[in-house]
Formats: sequence, structure tokens, C-alpha cells
Amino acid sequence: MTTIVNNHIDKMEAPGAPPSGPHLKRARPLFDPPIVRRALGDAFRKLDPRVQAKNPVMFVVWVGSAVSTILFIQDLIEHVGGWETAFVGQIALWLWFTVLFAGFAEAIAEGRGKAQADELRKTRTTTLAKKVGANGQIENVAASLLRKGDIVICDVGDVIPSDGTVIEGIASVDESAITGESAPVIREAGGDRSAVTGGTKVISDGIKVEITANPGETFIDRMIGLVEGAQRQKTPNEIALNILIAGLTIIFLLATATLLPFGQYAGVHISIAVLIALLVCLIPTTIGGLLSAIGIAGMDRVMQYNVLAMSGKAVEAAGDVDVLLLDKTGTITLGNRQAAEFLPLPGVSVQDLADAAQLSSLADETPEGRSIVVLAKEQYGLRGRHLDEKTTEFIPFTAQTRMSGVNIPGQRVRKGAVQAVIDYVKSSGVSVPIELQSIADEISRRGGTPLAVTLNERPLGIIYLKDVVKGGMRERFDHLRAMGIKTIMITGDNPLTAAAIAQEAGVDDFLAQAKPEDKMALIKKEQAEGRLVAMTGDGTNDAPALAQADVGVAMNSGTQAAKEAGNMVDLDSNPTKLIEIVEIGKQLLMTRGALTTFSIANDVAKYFAIIPAMFATLYITSGQTHGPLWALNFMHLHSPYSAVLAAVIFNALVIIALIPVALRGVPYRPMGAAQVLRRNLAVWGLGGILVPFPFIWLLDQILVALHCAPGV
Amino acid sequence: MTTIGWLQIAAFFLILLALTKPIGIFLHRVMEGERTWLTPVLGPVERAIYKLGGVKHDEDMPWTVYALALLAFSVVTLIITFGLLRLQAWLPLNPQHFGAKEMTPDLAFNTAVSFTTNTNWQAYAGESTVSYFSQMVSLASHNFFSAAAGIAVAIALVRGLARKSAAGVGNFWVDITRATLYILLPLCLIFAMVFVQQGAIQNFHPYQTVTTLEGGSQIIPGGPVASQEAIKELGTNGGGFFNANSAHPFENPTPFTNMLQVLMIFAIGAGMTYAFGLYVGNVRQGWAIFGAMSFLFLIGVSVAYVQEAKGNPMIAAQGVDTTTQTMGDAGGNMEGKEIRFGQAGATLFATVTTDASCGAVNSMHDSFTPLGGLVPMANILTGEVIFGGVGAGLYGMLMYAILAVFIAGLMVGRTPEYLGKKVEAYEVKMAMLAALILAGSILGGTAIASVTHIVNPAYWNTVAGTANDMAAANVNNSGPHGFSEIFYAFDSATGNNGSAFAGISVNTPFWNLALGIAMLVGRFLMIIPLLAIAGSMAKKKRAAASVGTFPTDNVLFAGLLVGTVVIVGALAYFPAVSLGPVVEHFLMHGGRTF
Repeated sequence: MTTIVNNHIDKMEAPGAPPSGPHLKRARPLFDPPIVRRALGDAFRKLDPRVQAKNPVMFVVWVGSAVSTILFIQDLIEHVGGWETAFVGQIALWLWFTVLFAGFAEAIAEGRGKAQADELRKTRTTTLAKKVGANGQIENVAASLLRKGDIVICDVGDVIPSDGTVIEGIASVDESAITGESAPVIREAGGDRSAVTGGTKVISDGIKVEITANPGETFIDRMIGLVEGAQRQKTPNEIALNILIAGLTIIFLLATATLLPFGQYAGVHISIAVLIALLVCLIPTTIGGLLSAIGIAGMDRVMQYNVLAMSGKAVEAAGDVDVLLLDKTGTITLGNRQAAEFLPLPGVSVQDLADAAQLSSLADETPEGRSIVVLAKEQYGLRGRHLDEKTTEFIPFTAQTRMSGVNIPGQRVRKGAVQAVIDYVKSSGVSVPIELQSIADEISRRGGTPLAVTLNERPLGIIYLKDVVKGGMRERFDHLRAMGIKTIMITGDNPLTAAAIAQEAGVDDFLAQAKPEDKMALIKKEQAEGRLVAMTGDGTNDAPALAQADVGVAMNSGTQAAKEAGNMVDLDSNPTKLIEIVEIGKQLLMTRGALTTFSIANDVAKYFAIIPAMFATLYITSGQTHGPLWALNFMHLHSPYSAVLAAVIFNALVIIALIPVALRGVPYRPMGAAQVLRRNLAVWGLGGILVPFPFIWLLDQILVALHCAPGV
Repeated sequence: MTTIGWLQIAAFFLILLALTKPIGIFLHRVMEGERTWLTPVLGPVERAIYKLGGVKHDEDMPWTVYALALLAFSVVTLIITFGLLRLQAWLPLNPQHFGAKEMTPDLAFNTAVSFTTNTNWQAYAGESTVSYFSQMVSLASHNFFSAAAGIAVAIALVRGLARKSAAGVGNFWVDITRATLYILLPLCLIFAMVFVQQGAIQNFHPYQTVTTLEGGSQIIPGGPVASQEAIKELGTNGGGFFNANSAHPFENPTPFTNMLQVLMIFAIGAGMTYAFGLYVGNVRQGWAIFGAMSFLFLIGVSVAYVQEAKGNPMIAAQGVDTTTQTMGDAGGNMEGKEIRFGQAGATLFATVTTDASCGAVNSMHDSFTPLGGLVPMANILTGEVIFGGVGAGLYGMLMYAILAVFIAGLMVGRTPEYLGKKVEAYEVKMAMLAALILAGSILGGTAIASVTHIVNPAYWNTVAGTANDMAAANVNNSGPHGFSEIFYAFDSATGNNGSAFAGISVNTPFWNLALGIAMLVGRFLMIIPLLAIAGSMAKKKRAAASVGTFPTDNVLFAGLLVGTVVIVGALAYFPAVSLGPVVEHFLMHGGRTF
């Protein structure tokens, strides 16, 4: 068992290891063939008007498609023939495609969730649980019948039947089914590592577990529900955006419907098919068709980072975060301190100090101990040596002596906490140089930990152990600052040490000697000043703060209480991931804004295609091909039929073209709001106005070349 | 186009720029009840009014109470005005003995609505319909109150944005009293004097019949014109004493008064932007709004001036002399314009009066070239947010700002915020509701009026006993120009502008009723959603600003605001406009007119 623990810790906290960056454990290609196949079918199933009625924009398109189909059939029955019938038929066809494309976009996004849900479902256990009965006897019960408060026993090889808390024993558990992480983790009674998840597997020892979830409410059940979108509720911004596009749809409905009487007054006949085409081109079909796909994909992106968001609202709130509270240890710094420098007392050579320090640490398997061996080797060429086992006596660290070391013939080497070493030296009747204390104080001031080293009860000097800030953190904090997000480091260290580390890591502020209630007070203070706060936590005493924070990310390794208090759970238990979550939240909102802007801006070009075509014969005089408003056709589209068709086809194809953007999110760079706005306005606003012109022109050329529309 | 013409427009804009800050400071002080140099004189009056009206001046109203107070005040004064107009025969100051025969019930309804809603659409000619009493009491009181109500609503909305976690948006009775007492009345007193000095008339004389040089006889009307004139412009009311409005020499005698009038129309609207900045604690926010408004104004006036100066190519083609100079302007389109103002003075006035919801005119918009006439039409279509009506301009522009922030704000990756207040579903719903109602009234009204057959045309729509049962039978022009006239009428009524493209005989029961309803819809169904936004915003916490916050106090935002006004405005109305002025423009260049 010990080996497993060590392996695990080594893996997680090996000195000098790169910071655990985001792992896209659940990444899958954007267009996974099985998902695409399923989505194609779903797109047709979504043609059901009851499904469409939930989306006002697409419902209008659906009605438009139905009406134009009827018009087409009517034309066929009445043998109207010619370009008119071909035109109405093509309009109907492309309008149906528009509805299908939007359905396909949504189905693709949902399909990715479903694929994940299927994987999760496989892990749902169907085995029998060993339930402890009222009299202490063990009975076999189906896992699905377990209720809150039941006690079960899980031995080696057992799958834990449901979510629970370890109340007795310790075990290593394989949680790869939910985290994708193959290294096993320790779960033990009491403390912050007591929560177990249904579907995970005990691989050593045994535990007694109290079940904390009723059937259908377990973690895996919730995960399946979330990724499948079964519990997906519209987020606040999505609701507001839906109102906006529904409002625009009604306004455009008015603008097109009143053209009938206006046309009548002007003495021009306006074809219903053209009116429908104009309406569909004007209403924001691009965003209307992609809106739900964007939301589902956002949740999916969070999931790909192995974070489980309890609601879309939480992901959205992450984009709004102003303040990030980050625990120092494990988030900003590596979990352990490392030897950075040897500081000898006057009269002692560095070489001797390094040599003694290395000797004392040879048997020290802690990361700190090994870092001392490595530093001595790298800086002073001292190789680890082989000691004769018979003559060597290792002195292990104890809480009483607070020292460790080694005795070899003629040499008694000790290292330990400065005060402990001073007491040890004094007790042997040797005087302690005053410099020992002053060097130690200086190190404390710089945010480090001093370890004193003695050889035969004579102090040699100090080893400077330093908190190691994870590589790349400064850049990430700079990015966050550029986005307007303040980072606050939370630490139990004294203010001096905290300030030094804060400075080195580049966080904006710190909270030193923090107790859980201080954290809570800080969150409330920031919120009162109008800021949204995000934090990570794992312990039970983090739970109130996790609940208070606007975005609370609980570590999966944490307690049940913490997981229930937060609105996200990080399955990898990597607190640094908070930064990715914030970025995903921002990207989600940006994508919605960008596609809305693009959708509205597109209307300008579509007007210039359809209005001249619609009124092509208005106030026409004999001998002219077209009336005066044809002058607005500055794209020089071939004919009214080809112009309207080109606009409608563009409108349909743009949905397909933007599916990758909807699923992946708009390209995101950490910048201030003003810069982001300028950039996105240029790309999606100005781009939205300009892009359709060449494409509509091109589609018009193709339509005429393929004889789908008349050339004049 | 001449340098003098452009300089006149430039001078106007520079004076406006200089006035914005002092007026804004004064507005802010007055509306917050701070001491001004007028307090020693007007303070006791203000307190007396509150005592008389039983107003608790420190009571803070939630938006619902505020809206109810506004509605109650409007309904009561509307009914009183309707009564007074109908009964003018029995009231004093009526030397011409106008009675209920001139002021029919439908006209009285239309007129009472028109003045209550700050529209001042006039289906009547002042000099042949209403007594001096009606002018001075029934109509002028509304000129003050409707303007003050506009200021009150705007200030309520601004308070909603400025306050945090507050229940109320101010006190309607206090706001309307202060706006009238400290701002409108003193300024009108001064400007009325200036108008009198310049030659505007101010008397109670009966109309005089004089013999002209040709030996014919002419009736010269009189009346208390100068006092009406001041509030007409300052309160962006626009209802003229005479039918010819500011083209009449008794109303607008000189180029100087012309410049004064356009400045008065914009003065309070421009000052409101600065007051807004003061309220929200960052004057740059106000200047951003001012910038967006200025840009739209300058574009509009330039297009109108250029188009009118170019004139109608068909006239020049017929060999008409286009070299005659008027106010330094040579040729161009002078039809329907006053020689003493010229094209620059006329197009400046036309742009300003429609940017604002004033509706006073010094030229015939109907006679503008198609694209020149498109400018006033489009200005009203934006919702008159280019400085706009007193108060109404600011609250309309803030509605656009909220929509702009919502659409573009998402693009910075945060829940959109305006001035630290989150823009959420409720605000979007209310802003869209307002936009929808305006579009519905303008487009729907035009649609109904252009194709509806009237059941009993002899009663509902007859002007000269015509047998034509179309509502549009009253429209004098056909084709695109006739369409423009109908569209402009509903545009003007819904937008509470009150100017007319003319060309329609609108004093019939059908038109009086239809346009009256459009005015009511355009005023109150716009104000109520905006007050709802004010109430909801006031309740919200204010989010702290950071570099991640969408900036709304810079050129970029002003540009975005312009884009939103143009796109949201243009997108809904482009098809209609293309059937009116746009096609008429192409036809004119093709040699056809209507």
C-alpha cells in the first residue's frame, strides 16, 4: 500500500515537474463520424414542429418552408411552369435545408454529449453491494436499491456501488472511470479524502462506506444528465439573447408583412415566396440556429477539461468572474519546498556544508530531502555515494526531535528545524554562532524555510528551502490581469513569506495567515464591492466559502460537503484549472455575441440582393428590362430570381459554415475588454457586413451557370 | 452649397458644443434640488406648489408609482384640454369667435393628444381654428408640462442607472415641477423677449384687414406669438401659432431668430447628455452619447444640404435660371423654402427639428428632393434620439445604448453591463418591447392607411365630398411621393415629432383618430417600458469596473451606438423607405415625378 501512496505522490508532486496544465482527456474530433451519422438522423427528427416551436426563429423558417412548399405544389398542379415554379421549388428546398442545418448543428453538439454519456453509462454498476444490515450481518443487495444512510463494505476488487463517505478503513481506489486518470488515489475515513464515487473500484485494502446518494441522484447519474443535456436549462444570458432575437424576428415579420399593402399601394405584385425569402434572410437565423449548439458545446468544452459544471449558468458566471482566489500550495507553488541554496556559517566552506547536507539526506525520501541531494550534486559535483550498510545508522525524522540525519564512523550529521538544531547543539555544550539565527531569519523573510545542518554537533550552516512557484504561472496571471481579473493568493504563511511568494508568482494580492473564516470574509467583501468571485476548495471547512463564491470549483479528491457546496467539480483535482474554466466561460459568451452581431450585420448585404429583385418591376416603363430600384443591385446579380435564391442559399450555408465556430468557440486571446471588442467588432461586425457580398455574388454566378436561375 | 452655408451649420454646432456643459450642470443641479441662483426667488414658489398639491417632496417613488403618476397626470390634463378646446366659444380671448364648429370632436381629440404627448401634430391651421385662450392656456400649458414630463422620465431612467440597490427612481411631481419652474419658465421668459425685439408679435388684437399694394384685401392675424414661440422650440414641441409655423415672419422673423430657434431645439437635449454624465459620475459617459448624437446629426444635415443645393435635375434641364442667390446659396431646390433662410437655414432647421422631436418647420419638407426629404424621415425613424426631444432624446438613446451593450457586450466575454449594471433578460425584453411597439405603429399604421377602404367615407374621411372610399384618398400625391406622405405622417405621429410631409388632408375623423392613437402609442408605450428598465436597473448592484469591463465612455462605444441606431433603425424600415424616397430619387433622375 505504501508503494502505491508514494507512487501517487511522486507522480503528482515530483520536484521540478511542469505545472499540470489542462488535459483534454475527453477531447474528440469536431466531426466524429459516428456522431455525425447520428446527428444527420436527428436533424430530420427535429423537423417535428413541436420541437421547432421551442425556437421562435427557426419556427418561423419552418412555417416559411411549409408555406413555400404548398405554393410550389400549387404551382405544379396549376401547371404554372417556367422559372417561377422552379424558383418557388428551390426556395422551398433551401428553406427546408436551413431548418435541417440548424437542427444538425444542435444534434452534433448534443451527440458529443451523448457519446460521453454512453461511456459513463458503461461504468454504472450493476453488481451486488455488500450491505451491512441492522444487526451487523452482511446481505447482498442490488446497487440500484441502495439509499442514503445505508452502510456497505467494499473489499479489494469491489466496485463501489454508489456515492458515499468512508466511515472506516483506508483503501486505494481506481477512479479512472470518472476522471480518466489511471493512477489510483487514497480514500480514508475522516479528513478531506473521505468521499468515494459510485462506479470506482477498490484496488487494495477495504473500506466501510456510508451511502450519501439515493438511486438516480448519484454523481455519475448527474454527470450523464448534464452531458446529455437532459437537465440543460437555458442560462440567463441565453434567455436574454433569445428575447432579443425573438423581438427582432417579430420586427422583421412586421417589416416584411407590411410590404404586401405597401406594394399594393405602389401597384406592384409581390410574390409570397419572395416575401418569405426576405423574411427568412432578415431574421437572425444564424444565431437562432446555432444558439443552443453554442450552449451545449460550452458545457462540453468544460467537460473536455474534466470539469463537471453543475449548470450552464455556472459556466456563464465563470466568464463574469472578477476575482480569483487561489490557494498557494498546489495551485501557485508545487506542493513541496526545494533546496535552493547552501548558506555556510563564517569559517565553513560551502563544499563542507553541501557535503554534510547531502549525507544527512541520503536516506531522506521526502521530496525536500531528495532536492537537497540533487542540489549538492548539481552545484558542487557531489555524487550520491554508497554507504556501508553495516556501519551506517540512519536517524529518521521524528516529531519530537524535529531532526533527521545519519551516523557513520567518525561523523554524526544532523539536519532539522533551526530551533531544534540550536537546542541540540546547546545540549552538547557547544556554543551556537549568532550568525546561524540571523541567516535563518533572513531566509524566513525571503519566504523560504531554513534547515540547519550540523557535523559532530558543530553547526555548519543553513540549507535554504524555497517554495517553488510552478513554471508559467506569472504569464497566466498576466493574461488574467489583461482580461481584468484580479488574482488573490490564499496562504497560511506569515505575511512576509506570503508577500515574497506573491511577488515571485505575480499575483495581484494575497491573504496571509488565512483561516477559513477569513476566506469567507474576503469573498463577501469583494462581492459587496460588486465583484464576482471564483475559488477552488476541497476541505469540509471550504464548503461555506465554496457556496458563497459565485463560481466554486470543488476538487474531486475533496469531501462530499465541498463537492455539494461548489457549482463545479474538477475531476482531476487540479486547482489551476480555474483559469481555463474562466476562459471557457468568456469564450462561450463571446461566441454568442459574435454570431449575433454577424447574423444582424449579414442583413445589409441580403437587403441589397433581395430588395432590388423584389421591386424589379416597380414603376417600370415600356422598353425597360427593370424598374428604377434595380439600380440598387450594385452587386450586378443576374436576375431577380437568381438574386433572391443566392441570398437564401447563402443564409442556409452560413449556418453550416459556422458550426465549427459554434462548437469550438470564437478564437480567444487574453486581452482587455476594449481590445477584444475592437477586434471582434472588426471580425464579426464589419466582417458580417462585408463577407456576404462576394459569396452572394458567387452563388448567383453558380446558379446561372447551372441553369438553376435565369440569367436575365 | 456655399461656404457661408457650411459656416452657418458649423457655427451652430460649435455654439451647441459650448452650451452643452453649462446647461448640463444647471439641469443636474435643478433636478437634484441643489441650490441655484434662481432658488431665492423660485424656492418659495416651489414649496408652495408642493403644499398646494399635497406632494411629499422627499418621497421616492418606485417606477410603477412614477409611471402611474405620469399617466394620471397626462390623462387628466388631456381630458381638460379636450374640454377647453371644445368649449373655446364660451371662453375669453376669442376675438375671432372660433367655436366648436372649427374644433370638431375628432380634431379636439387629436389636438389634445398631440399636445399632451409633446407631438404638436397640427391637423388644424392655428389662425383659423383656435382662440388666443386655446393657444395660451389649453395648448401652451401642455408645451411646458409635456416637455417637463420628458425631462422627468429621462432623469428617472438616468437615476435608475446611477443608483445602486435603490427602490425608487425619484418623485414625478417634484421632477415635473422643478423642470417647469427652474428650467423652462425662466428661459422662455428671456427668449420671448428676444423674439419680440426681433419682430415676433405679441398682442391680443383681432385680425386686421388691410388693403394690399395691388388694391386687394388681406387679413393679417394677430396674437400672443412670441411667448408661444419660445416654449415651442425649447420644449421641442413644435406646434406653431400659425399654420406656416416657423416659416411665418411673425413666428421666425430673421435669420438671427432662425439660428436661435434651432439652438433652442437642441439646447436641453444636448445638456441632458452632460447631466447624464454627472449623474453617473463620469462625464465621459455623457460625451460618448453626445458624440454619437453629433455624428448622426452632422451626417444628416450634410446629406440634406447637399441634396437641396443640388436640386432637381429636371428643373435645370428645362432651362430654369439656377444662378439666383439666396442667402449666399445659388440655385438648387428653393421650392417651399424661405428666401430669408436659404437652403442652409432650411436644411439645418429641417434636420434639427426631426433629430429632436420638435416638429416646428421653416420650410416644406414635402418639397425637398427625395433624398433631402429622406433625412427628416430617417431622423424620426431612429426614434428621435439625435439630441432628441427634451428628455425623450436621452431616454431613447439610452435604450439603444442598452441594446448596443447587450449585443456587443457579449463579445467581450462577460454578461453585458452598462454603467456597472448588468443588462439581463428583463431589460432586453423591455427595450425590445419599446422598439417593437414603435415599428408596429409606424409600419402598421402606414399599411392600414395605404390600403384600407372606409365604410362610411362621407363621415369618416370626406374632405370635399369625394366618393373615393380609400383612406389614402386624402393624399394629394400618387406613387412613391404619396407613399412617403403617409409613411411620414405615421412616422411623425408615432415618433411624437409633429412635423408633416404635408400633402394629406388630415383633418378628418379617420386621420385624426388614427394619428391620435399613433401618438399615444408612441409616447406612453415607449415611456412605460423605459421606466420599467429604470426601476429594474435601480434595484441592481453596481459591478466594479476593471479592464475586463466593456468600456462605454470612448469613441469606440460612440461608434457602436451609431451603428446600432443606424442598423436597428434602417433594417426594419429599409423596405418601406425604398418604396418612398429611394425609388423616387431614381425616378427623378429618370425624369419622372409624382
